[in-house]
Amino acid sequence: MNCKDAQNLVHAYADKELELLKSLEMDEHLKSCPVCTQILDNTLELRSALKVADLAYQPGRALKSRIHTALKKADRAEPKPSRFLPWAWLNAGAALAVVIVLTWAVVPLLSTHTEDNLVAQEVVSNHVRSLLASHLTDVMSSDQHTVKPWFSGKLDFSPPVEDFVPQGFPLIGCRLDYLKNKTVAALVYQHRQHYINLFVWPADTGSATAPKVLSRQGYQMVHWTQSGMHFWAVSELNQDELRQFASLVQQPT
Amino acid sequence: MDGKSKLARFEACALPHMDASYNLARWLARNDHDAEDIMQEAYLRAFRFFDGFRGTDARAWLLAIVRNTFYTWLTQNGARGLLMPFDEEIHGHTAEHGAISVAVITNPETLMLQQADQKLLRQALEAIPVEFREVVVLRELEDMSYKQIAEIINLPIGTVMSRLARGRKKLSECLAETIKTGVSP
Repeated sequence: MNCKDAQNLVHAYADKELELLKSLEMDEHLKSCPVCTQILDNTLELRSALKVADLAYQPGRALKSRIHTALKKADRAEPKPSRFLPWAWLNAGAALAVVIVLTWAVVPLLSTHTEDNLVAQEVVSNHVRSLLASHLTDVMSSDQHTVKPWFSGKLDFSPPVEDFVPQGFPLIGCRLDYLKNKTVAALVYQHRQHYINLFVWPADTGSATAPKVLSRQGYQMVHWTQSGMHFWAVSELNQDELRQFASLVQQPT
Repeated sequence: MDGKSKLARFEACALPHMDASYNLARWLARNDHDAEDIMQEAYLRAFRFFDGFRGTDARAWLLAIVRNTFYTWLTQNGARGLLMPFDEEIHGHTAEHGAISVAVITNPETLMLQQADQKLLRQALEAIPVEFREVVVLRELEDMSYKQIAEIINLPIGTVMSRLARGRKKLSECLAETIKTGVSP
């Protein structure tokens, strides 16, 4: 091992993060190299000075109780199915089963409509909340190679991520969101001053559906199913522009 | 479900890591007031996403959220300059290492560190750019492994290693500068 290699690895060596073979090579090099040994000593010296100085900050009691209060408040605002008693669950389940059987047997069209309505309401709420709570993105990046790996490990599916800069819909970033009782991917795009939230999650059935347009509280939505994923795009853009965006997502160039 | 409420499960998982979270937030924001706001926002976010958390390393998960919350806060507070992208590949290593070797021989850091007390170290660590400060804090103050740090800052382990090397170098330079100019307590 030469000095250049050794100096590249000296911090990992000081941190005991070097694999065994490299670590042995380092031992060997350090025996005969005062320059690299000096660099190692300086690094260890700095480490121990930082340790002795004990620079960590501690949160005050007031902050702990403030966070506890904020969490309790957030908890109350969340829907709480678990508060129901078991028998109430059974009743609710039975009632739900009847409703599902009826809707599926009698009016299949109505069923998809109702389903869409429920999702639409959640999609609009999430969109508004993402803008209001100043929590548009967890990761700010226009690079799909940053965004895509960020999702892995956080989701059990991998949403398609494309950037549409030339078409005027740049990718801004992404975050996790909560829809239909599960964690979903939210990709954020911008068009002029408007933001588009694109929610993606796995579909139960593989069958693709054509884009449908919906509108709620002045927000436009387009949703479709493709390659085993549900896509819901929502924005305050006009319908034509949002359709244009949807067709880009459907057929990335 | 184990019968406990989501809040109880979340608090059991997240409250033990409040010290580490606050320490990171405080070192990133560099003042109590902002650090506390960032902490509260981060814990609310974490609570919202708690159902989606499937990992085993709750501390790394929370610290990643604290860090993301800080960067969101930074962009919203018009401090974009601090977020300058840093390209490890462009800021190569070869030239620098030559400089290190000379510097260590003419300026033994051992001597310098003996003079550095807590206040000076604190000042120096606050002074280095945030992308280096965060890795130094995670490594030296929170004792996290390269792998955990890589997960938190969402970059490869190789980048963690080079940022830590550069961060320590900047820290040493900053200490040397302070001691030389005699700005001591």
